Amino acid sequence: MAFLSYLINGISLGAVYAIIALGYTMVYGIAKMLNFAHGDVIMIGSYVVFCVVSMLNLPVWLGILISVLVCTILGVTIEAIAYRPLRQATSSLTVLITAIGVSYFLQNVALLIFGANTKAFSSVVPLDAVKIGDSLTVTGESIVTIIACIIIMIVLTLFVNKTKAGRAMLAVSEDKGAAQLMGINVNKTISLTFAIGSALAAIAGVLLCSAYPSLTPYTGSMPGIKAFVAAVFGGIGSIPGAFIGGIILGIIENLSKAYISSQLSDAIVFCVLIIVLVVKPTGLLGKKLQEKV
Amino acid sequence: MAMLEVSNLHVKYGMIEAIKGIDFTVNKGEVIALIGANGAGKTTILHTVSGLIAPSEGSIVFEGTDITKTPGHKIVSMGMAHVPEGRRVFQSLSVLDNLKMGAYTRTDKREVAETLEMVYSRFPRLAERKNQPAGTLSGGEQQMLAMGRALMSHPSIILMDEPSMGLSPIFVNEIFDIIKAESERGTTVLLVEQNAKKALSIADRAYVLETGKIALSGDAKSLLNNEEVKKAYLGE
Repeated sequence: MAFLSYLINGISLGAVYAIIALGYTMVYGIAKMLNFAHGDVIMIGSYVVFCVVSMLNLPVWLGILISVLVCTILGVTIEAIAYRPLRQATSSLTVLITAIGVSYFLQNVALLIFGANTKAFSSVVPLDAVKIGDSLTVTGESIVTIIACIIIMIVLTLFVNKTKAGRAMLAVSEDKGAAQLMGINVNKTISLTFAIGSALAAIAGVLLCSAYPSLTPYTGSMPGIKAFVAAVFGGIGSIPGAFIGGIILGIIENLSKAYISSQLSDAIVFCVLIIVLVVKPTGLLGKKLQEKV
Repeated sequence: MAMLEVSNLHVKYGMIEAIKGIDFTVNKGEVIALIGANGAGKTTILHTVSGLIAPSEGSIVFEGTDITKTPGHKIVSMGMAHVPEGRRVFQSLSVLDNLKMGAYTRTDKREVAETLEMVYSRFPRLAERKNQPAGTLSGGEQQMLAMGRALMSHPSIILMDEPSMGLSPIFVNEIFDIIKAESERGTTVLLVEQNAKKALSIADRAYVLETGKIALSGDAKSLLNNEEVKKAYLGE
């Protein structure tokens, strides 16, 4: 029974990684850049919820809504100000370093406004823990997180494959120039991708801080890096890959905390990544199309 | 009035001037060939006309509208389609999805369905393979797909960049037959080709490019018999 409980907690943690990883993987797929500031958008989103719900005593749904809006605008603004002017840059390192700069910028803005002290984030999940049998309890946060992740995956998959804007994203991710020749507005499509990724980051932030209720300016950084690992693990650029990569990563992390060592769990997670990349460099679901000439 | 009028076009890549002031016109219904060696600037011209790169000087007027500064994605719905060099079909998408992508700017579903039927009737092979990922098609089939995709936007002019590149001789003939048939149906064609002989055989007029400038221009038939052209581009 203990195993089952660790497993469910792992899946729940993994679901948060998966939601964050979606942002990484979609932005990478379309703009071919690693947005290392993505984790810090999560932190900003969590602070927004904290302000609205804990400080202003407004309802939780309003807090989440405002947080999603703020993060969406933040993501689109970051892209327009920091990344778009560099799109023609000769080296992709330029954008990467800019993204790291944006990450530190956001952390320090939060540090200035909220200080370094840990804020106690009160869970936004109204659901009580569910007891299954004698020894297995599943927290409300776990249930909500897993369900939210599944809904997001389904909606996102439908959006990408069935809507015009989604198909434009597919086209841009494959060939920006050819997409433009189809009449697709490439800049708008990239903005939309940042908007979606950042909105998801807000949701991930709320879920993460509900399960692990301490909020600091660095809250987003480690989950951000792990979600990046999850995205690479699943095959960066692939939406189902982010989902599977996130869940597996969460399970590995939680089981190694439980059975091996909580200090070593991160090391184990990164070791697994290295092994996967050695055996299958494109990640679990990363595709490598054979080209015919 | 010419359908497409390019005047005093200059294009720079950083410090290097790739196109050094060229003028050309394309009239409605014509097939115009731009021929020249590698690096003469043929592809750059097409990219500039369809808005993928901005010129440093000069103007491009399409059907009476100055499109010199119009963003590329807006030019498609004005009636200009571009079949890029190397085909650039969306490899992971199916043949059908690629064709639908070609109709991205069109909103009338019924009209798009009609155009799709038309494209399938002209390229039966695409209909046979409509659910196959485009990346699994042969080079010639991908060229057909790229052309079908361009037709899906219902263009009045098609820019074609090296349609024969990398194809077997049988496919080269087939592709040129298709271009000719398309022009006979009333579509205007601006064709860039290294295979000068083939290009001149279907073109009405042609421009010969040499390092960013137009060296010669005129009637395609007379260029085919021009001694300089014969020696430099036709290998005779």
